Amino acid sequence: MSAITLGRGEGHLLAQVVRAFSANATSWIGLALFLAIVALALLAPVISPYDPLDQDVLTRLAPPSADHWLGTDSYGRDILSRLLWGARLSLVISTVSILAAMLIGGVIGIVSGYVGGRFDLVVMQAMDVLLSFPSLIMGLMVVAMLGASMVNLMIAIALTAIAPFARIARAPTIVVKERDYIEACRALGFSDLRIMAVHILPNIIAEIIVMGSLWLATAIRIEASLSFIGLGVRPPTATWGGMIREGFENILDSAWLSVFPSLAILLVVFSLNMIGDGLRDAIDPKLRSGE
Amino acid sequence: MLGYVVKRLLLAVPTLFAVLTIVFVLARVLPGDPAQTILGDQATQEALENMRHRLGVDKPIAAQYAEFLVDAVRGKWGTSLVTGKPVVDEVRNVLPYTIELTVTAIIVGALIGVPLGTWSAIYRNRWIDYLARMGSLLGLSFPAFVSAILLLLAFAIELRWFPVISAGGLDDPVERLRNLALPAINLGIIMAAYVTRVTRSSMLEVLGEDYIRTARAKGVPRRAIVWRHALRNALIPVVTVVGLYLGILIGNSVLTEIVFNRPGLGKLMVSALNQRDYTVLQGMMVVYAFVIVIVNLLTDLTYGFIDPRVKRQ
Repeated sequence: MSAITLGRGEGHLLAQVVRAFSANATSWIGLALFLAIVALALLAPVISPYDPLDQDVLTRLAPPSADHWLGTDSYGRDILSRLLWGARLSLVISTVSILAAMLIGGVIGIVSGYVGGRFDLVVMQAMDVLLSFPSLIMGLMVVAMLGASMVNLMIAIALTAIAPFARIARAPTIVVKERDYIEACRALGFSDLRIMAVHILPNIIAEIIVMGSLWLATAIRIEASLSFIGLGVRPPTATWGGMIREGFENILDSAWLSVFPSLAILLVVFSLNMIGDGLRDAIDPKLRSGE
Repeated sequence: MLGYVVKRLLLAVPTLFAVLTIVFVLARVLPGDPAQTILGDQATQEALENMRHRLGVDKPIAAQYAEFLVDAVRGKWGTSLVTGKPVVDEVRNVLPYTIELTVTAIIVGALIGVPLGTWSAIYRNRWIDYLARMGSLLGLSFPAFVSAILLLLAFAIELRWFPVISAGGLDDPVERLRNLALPAINLGIIMAAYVTRVTRSSMLEVLGEDYIRTARAKGVPRRAIVWRHALRNALIPVVTVVGLYLGILIGNSVLTEIVFNRPGLGKLMVSALNQRDYTVLQGMMVVYAFVIVIVNLLTDLTYGFIDPRVKRQ
């Protein structure tokens, strides 16, 4: 159980993370790639050559050129600018929803594992039912019923990710709560809340963070997929999935419309998977590959 | 074994109710007034009343819930607001396509993933291993519609090996296979990425076992050790992962069906979405609830067949 391996890890949380990173070059490459993309997204208002919503009928469906590096779409909007702005949206939606899922799922998992007994049984059963929904199907149902908006997308993605975080938080909690020092805390009369927050949480947070990086990749994939289906943030706002959806209509003669955003999504998800994969290798000795 | 099957079947019942309850909450409780959504802001009070009555949402929520559960189990999944056809008929028409697609994808995924994962484990830390690992990580990073679009561009639009729209020509088996090829390859390679990784790690573990060392000491040829002794044991976790992966496959098949314009459950749900066909949408959610429960049941049963320890618990 990787959770326990990491829970035992000595030293500061940051030191643990750095050590995990160093075990595998893949995660450094992934991190560099991802940070570069985040930087581009943050700088979008400064570096994007055009306004992402500016239409120009004279340059409709222009192929890549010196003026428009990645060409223009069917409204004459600059693809590169839309990609940069789309990155912001994609990153904000996925980050907020995964942070929410980490928080809610983490609390559910810790409390459920700590309280134990019948309560634990019922809560985990409910989590299993949630888990049995494929994340895309769940996302589709939620957004289809609540309506497509940024907040609803975040709710949908968070909802699919809560159960896995609850499970990952619960397993080490059950192990840690039996330790002597927790017994000692109880003897000292510490409240349950304090024991959970101060004495259990630090032991399991690294595990949750590693999982977060992998789920961030999934979140970006789900957001893009829902936007592609037509359930994303409403046009004309630039979203990668939405750009592919629009570009797909012109796939026979203007393939670049859908190819560039496709590559962008692939690059982000790949970089996050590289980070998560390297970290997982590092914390799970069974999978360790590069001794 | 029979006892295990019966127990699993009985356990599937509460799961089905739980999954249906989630669907009910999503479809009936959360959206507010579906009649208003369907008819828009301009609708008269009378039209709204009629629509509410037609949808059955004018009753108290507890009565709605009971009715919803009974209808779901009896296969009364509503009639389309657009075509007037019962949802169950529409589902019956397209279900074979989705099953055909997913089953072929599983076969493609296993045929690519198992050998690749095995080679990757045997040649650990050599170039073929790195290639397989990077390749599978890349495969995991593809949203299914992105890979589908790239395949479509390369093999249907540029090379013209396959049709751009994967429907029609259903009586002709060759034509049917040509229509199936690209969508199945698309789902298959993404699945192969998962299978490769699990096969590799499972194989690495098995290759370190004592009985493999014994076989080697006995002078059993390397090839026989790997493919006969090790792989058979390494495949147990792989089957579990295939089971877990079925959920992802269901989601990915929705995206694949849209890109290749192929009939299927996903396509049905998305066209209901685009036409704002509320009843079909709700019916499709019930259908997916059943699919989820059945897939979980199949996974549990397969697990029981393969690993005798599970049955005894």
